[in-house]
Amino acid sequence: MKDLYYKMLRIRRTEEEIAKRYGEQQMRCPVHLSIGQEAAAVGVATHLSEKDFMVSTHRAHAHYLAKGGRLTGLISELYGKADGCAKGQGGSMHLVDWKAGFAGSTSIVGGTIPVGVGLAFASQLKRQPQITAICIGDAALEEGVFHESANFASLHKLPVLFVSENNLYSCYTHLKDRQPARPLTDIAHGHGMRHLTLDGNDCFAIAAELKPLLTSLRQGEGPIFLELQTYRHLEHCGPNNDDHLGYRPTAELQTWRAQDPLLITRKQMENKGLWSAAFEKEMEDKVFSEVQEAFHHALNSPFPEPSELGAYIYANH
Amino acid sequence: MRIISFVEALREGTDQLLAADDSVFLIGEGVPDPKSIFGTTADLKSRHPTRVFDMPISENGLTGVAIGAALGGMRPVIVHQRMDFTLYALDQVINNAAKWFSMFGGQKSVPMVVRMIIGRGWGQGNQHSQNLEALYAHVPGLKVVVPASAHAAKGLLVSAVRDPNPVIFIEHRWLHGTTSDVAPELYTVPIGKARVAHAGRDLTIVTWSYPTLEVMKAVEFLETQGVGAEVLDMQTIRPMDMPAIKESVRKTGRLLVVNDAWKFGGLAGEVLASVSEDETLTLKARPQRLTYPDFPSPSTHGLTKNYYNGPREIVEAVGRVLGKKLDLGAVTDYQATRTHDVPDQNFKGPF
Repeated sequence: MKDLYYKMLRIRRTEEEIAKRYGEQQMRCPVHLSIGQEAAAVGVATHLSEKDFMVSTHRAHAHYLAKGGRLTGLISELYGKADGCAKGQGGSMHLVDWKAGFAGSTSIVGGTIPVGVGLAFASQLKRQPQITAICIGDAALEEGVFHESANFASLHKLPVLFVSENNLYSCYTHLKDRQPARPLTDIAHGHGMRHLTLDGNDCFAIAAELKPLLTSLRQGEGPIFLELQTYRHLEHCGPNNDDHLGYRPTAELQTWRAQDPLLITRKQMENKGLWSAAFEKEMEDKVFSEVQEAFHHALNSPFPEPSELGAYIYANH
Repeated sequence: MRIISFVEALREGTDQLLAADDSVFLIGEGVPDPKSIFGTTADLKSRHPTRVFDMPISENGLTGVAIGAALGGMRPVIVHQRMDFTLYALDQVINNAAKWFSMFGGQKSVPMVVRMIIGRGWGQGNQHSQNLEALYAHVPGLKVVVPASAHAAKGLLVSAVRDPNPVIFIEHRWLHGTTSDVAPELYTVPIGKARVAHAGRDLTIVTWSYPTLEVMKAVEFLETQGVGAEVLDMQTIRPMDMPAIKESVRKTGRLLVVNDAWKFGGLAGEVLASVSEDETLTLKARPQRLTYPDFPSPSTHGLTKNYYNGPREIVEAVGRVLGKKLDLGAVTDYQATRTHDVPDQNFKGPF
């Protein structure tokens, strides 16, 4: 439990620092922050090993860190530095850490879904007991490629965990303006997949529920679709909140912010007697120094050499 | 000498690649069905049951699956019976396959082959006979190969499967029945290298894929009139072997590009531009392009009659480059013996 709290806190404080420093205009890339959605990422990654794969979307910081991606690699990448996780070629929307099994995040909605299914297909062909977790939002279910990929994953019983973080909005458009009034899991049902919906802000519950399901995935019982109901606290893209735009009702914002995953987890730990002021300080201090060190490292790292421009058109044999 | 067809060369090459490397797999709509992609995948499912697959009618999704599998250590070959259907998959090909290597700083490439077939004739029409090569060749990160013979088909397929990058493998349907000497073992034809199909000093004709055959036929009629054409069969159009083109043009001073594709924004224009920009080259005549007209091919027999270029139009275009009137009598008579919408006189349809 303590470890999960630490991982969530680390993501939260990292993104808060990104937001704080974004105005300095040295991170010159879009940032889609996951604040409010940390439990989903950490809960899903809990029982995955570095041999398992994960792919993600434009909103990938939490997934990358939860899966074990290097913090310094993330921050350097945001600053476009040579030692970033994508060597300063990718920025916030193109994160990767193969050592951690984080196979990549990209910026086209739904774009990594079939790639994740393909990684699982390779695992099946090579008879390796790996799982691929495909992290998407709710809007990716509107893309044709989701259905094509789900169909194939189900047809071949591939070891895929589809994780749809339903935060109700695609940019500024509510789910009800994009999809008919039916559970998202009905779609998975139509594709012949096992499915479940969980509170996306309850990290412990997600990890506990998934544990036996991941075992069944490794045993070849076919893909699983998981809907995690959660909420993005800040704006779609950028470091601020955008409450002034009025596209999200005040009552809705208050309800979801009261269900902040860090608060939920803290309460659960308090109920189990696992919380103390000393623990809180220990966690905050540890995370603070890690985050500061990562920013210090990134700011002092070199930019890629000019010769790196156009250096990766083709791979050589 | 062992003369086999383009179809048999592809089938044999795929079979040998599957046998030689456990990471190779083949997937496509109809791969194991009775028609087996015009025969190119016949019996492969029974010979390699765990690595040959039919697939759902999901071109984009399955292209993405192939990309993911390639990132996971496999070497997928995905095949489409019509190039026109690959438009569904442009997102995965352009946004993912072509980008994964550069987007993440050169950490992992996508060793994948996408076979696609250009149709022609017998009512193929607007949506079954487009040559969309320029779309693919435009995109950095992709390689695009365009074999014109059975020998090149097998050799380029082997190179493509072994290449660490995504390779678009374009077959013209009218080449499938053509034959040439093909070595029985696995061999490669290098990607990015043109082939001098015929030597000559009077002009350079640059071409690739099916029109190579039409150009070679035209060369016979040119020779009777004392015109020596140097014919370059490019074999690859991205990266394109510009040094080979320039070397030939340096010798001849004249250039004609014969391309079965639309003129506007096409690769024939790219060849002309690259030659024209080179200050070390002096041209004796304005370079010319012979292409499809800039509209889609209709479907019906009557209207397609004047859509495609044959040896007659090629000889005529050579006359324009040379600035002299060539005799078109014999080549016109020859062309009249052919039916314009079937690959050979034995063909009874449908495709």
